Amino acid sequence: MNDVLHEPAAQPEAPRTAAGKPVLRFLNDWGIVLAILALILFFAMTAPNFLQGTNLVNILRSISIVTIIAIGLTVSLTVNGFDLSVGSTATFASSLVVSFFVWYSLPLGVSIGLALVIALAVALVNILLIVKFKIPDLFATLATMFIFEGVAMTYTGGGSISAGMPRLDGTPTVGLIPESFLKISQAPWIILIMLVVVAVTHVFLNHTRHGRFLYIIGGNPEAAHLTGIRVNRYRAVAYLIAGLLAAVGGILLASQVGSSQINAGSGYLMPAVAAAFIGSSFAGQGKPNALGTLVGACLVGILENGLVMLSVPYYSLNIIKGAVLAIALASTYYRFKKN
Amino acid sequence: MTPPVNEQRLEMRGISMEFPGVKALDDVHFSVKRGEIHALVGANGAGKSTLMKVLAGAYASYEGTILFDGVPLAIDSPNAAKRAGIEIVYQEVDTALVDYLTVAENICLDMLASGQLKGVIRRRRYEEIAERALQKLKASIDVRQRVSELRLAEKQLVLIARALVQESRFLILDEPTAPLSGRETEQLFRIIRELAEKEHLGVIFISHRLQELFEICESISVMRDGKMVSRQLLAGQTKETVVEQMLGRRLQKSSREARPAGAPSLELDRITVAGQLDEISLTVRAGEVIGIAGLVGAGKTELCKTIFGSIPVTSGLMRLAGETRRIRSAYDAVRLGIGLVPEERRKEGILVADPIEQNMTAASLKQFVNRFGFVEKKKERAAANRIVQQLSIKVSDTRQRAAELSGGNQQKVAIGKWLLADASVLVLDEPTKGVDVGAKAEIFQVIDQLAAEQKAVIYASSELDELLAVTDRIYVMYDGQIVFEATTSETTEEQLLWYATGGQQHE
Repeated sequence: MNDVLHEPAAQPEAPRTAAGKPVLRFLNDWGIVLAILALILFFAMTAPNFLQGTNLVNILRSISIVTIIAIGLTVSLTVNGFDLSVGSTATFASSLVVSFFVWYSLPLGVSIGLALVIALAVALVNILLIVKFKIPDLFATLATMFIFEGVAMTYTGGGSISAGMPRLDGTPTVGLIPESFLKISQAPWIILIMLVVVAVTHVFLNHTRHGRFLYIIGGNPEAAHLTGIRVNRYRAVAYLIAGLLAAVGGILLASQVGSSQINAGSGYLMPAVAAAFIGSSFAGQGKPNALGTLVGACLVGILENGLVMLSVPYYSLNIIKGAVLAIALASTYYRFKKN
Repeated sequence: MTPPVNEQRLEMRGISMEFPGVKALDDVHFSVKRGEIHALVGANGAGKSTLMKVLAGAYASYEGTILFDGVPLAIDSPNAAKRAGIEIVYQEVDTALVDYLTVAENICLDMLASGQLKGVIRRRRYEEIAERALQKLKASIDVRQRVSELRLAEKQLVLIARALVQESRFLILDEPTAPLSGRETEQLFRIIRELAEKEHLGVIFISHRLQELFEICESISVMRDGKMVSRQLLAGQTKETVVEQMLGRRLQKSSREARPAGAPSLELDRITVAGQLDEISLTVRAGEVIGIAGLVGAGKTELCKTIFGSIPVTSGLMRLAGETRRIRSAYDAVRLGIGLVPEERRKEGILVADPIEQNMTAASLKQFVNRFGFVEKKKERAAANRIVQQLSIKVSDTRQRAAELSGGNQQKVAIGKWLLADASVLVLDEPTKGVDVGAKAEIFQVIDQLAAEQKAVIYASSELDELLAVTDRIYVMYDGQIVFEATTSETTEEQLLWYATGGQQHE
């Protein structure tokens, strides 16, 4: 009886919803791209210098660090893990690398390599807390965020490090920051590094077995476990990648500033989170993905650049950036609910 | 003139209720007197829990009327039921208690929620109320203790105490003895009897363990397929007559021929998991389908997960194709050729948000990776299409999300995953849960196919008729043990149910 009643009732409903769907769906999938185009149009009309080549390169350069950190965050988000400590990791890595140059006069490659390896300690602590002790990711990384902010500050003695500046105990320093290191953050290089990171992560997530497993774990850890996937191992890998890319971001930051500043990386957490979340709806993927994150970072970067050009004071920018993040989160979670 | 308290009767008349596509309750009449201990039984899905939820106010809309002492009651919310003096203790004890509150606070929770306890929280007052309630149960539990520190049996008592803080006239106990030991069960029964006698509490007692009902209940109602089959005194009944009413028929022996079986694929030798499984020994051969029968809570799921390595073994040995193997994780199990189709299909079995092809290859992705480590999507799709055809899964495109499939087809995808992984032993836990009759038949066909391909299949289910239809041999579990083993062609549903409900041999 029921089947007979249900079958025809379902039929007229299908075309009705289908009629309104494509438009909504298109907006949902390509909304960020439309938003970027709208922003470009708006800024091009209101700020005369906006569309100049140098400014566009400037935008790309300015989003590079955000993008790289956001890509790391994206990888942690694939296993449904959130990493609040990426900002601190970046700070830590930046003070390490500058200290190696200035305090210890270590060569370029060694300094960068050591800084990356040591900064991975943050990821290891995260893994210990999240995978082993089962602390929810948000709380665990909140803790490590503070711990390593403190570690970095203690290491530098609570101050900044730059060439020629004596250490806090008065010891004079002789090391210099190599020219080649400062070059890394110059126009073609930093953008290339960003593009390589995005491309490699994209291929890793979408075209390798490991990337597939990360997504499966994020979608349903229990099913992943019962499929024979080593869930904990992959979650650890995801946090390691997030930590590594945050450290790369921190080193680029040091190169850009030419010194190490207190909490230099903390400002990157918010735009990185925004980029990753904005990006997850890109092209209808509905999950964290590398290309989307790049596009998300572009949106955030263009917004910031344009607003600065319109002489919006820097201290008010956070209002708009925060609002963009809220909108990105709302679109992500609102869709989840409907699913 | 009001009748004496013991003649006051709670009555459900013509209760009907429909869930999408299923008539859960069909014109059900039910009644219980104050002071009476009444058993409510039925096979899985017969509607007893739904009926009791109606009585406890869990559903706002249903057909029919509920009367107390001849006066209609409007029961459309848990609060309305409580006001009428009807309390229920659900089976999942843990979900009803707040772990980090004290015993006293938990017992007073309902009073707090209903506004009977107002204003500043006075701990002393709570403790007095809780102590009084526990005294009624003769339970010595420190009311200042946190609930998280209690044993399961104590938690149950706390819940009963909570139900009794208020002026309860009727108490519904849904499978209260499932987590209890023999001694704890006896104690609970003593308490229930006293409450019935002294407080004139009417008790509705749901249990799968038929033996118990004869110990404690005076009357019994039997449900089957959403209908009430009978209401009678228990005196004069036997377990056999009750089982017959539950099934609605006497079953002949199954006429299935046993499949030709090869060498043992998987052998369990006295596998024990502390507190869950007790010395389980069984063998399944290549090309053979064995059944694990048992009611909810008998330990079937635990056994399946233990074989699959996701519950650690306390003692005992497992042999795969004759070789002793230690399976410490699901990863080990998959590598050794064991596949599990878990009970909670949508939660554990398939990746609802992912395409069918990715579901299929999740356990065997290594095969679809080229030498640069990239997944070859064409190869993946071809393999998925092969399985779609082999198992006749109804999909238009393997890129469709698994969520869009019907339950039966989702289940086939979950099975197909293990075919691609070339598992030699397949463990199916309640594979027909939530699928319609037609899909059931198709799943049976798939299982036949698996056996024909020399897979060893373990089929765990509480649906005894299904086990009889699809297996070669059946092991019956009860309370974490295997209590009976039979060749399928030589047993009956009655016999299986007898052992599954705790019946002893030679009775």
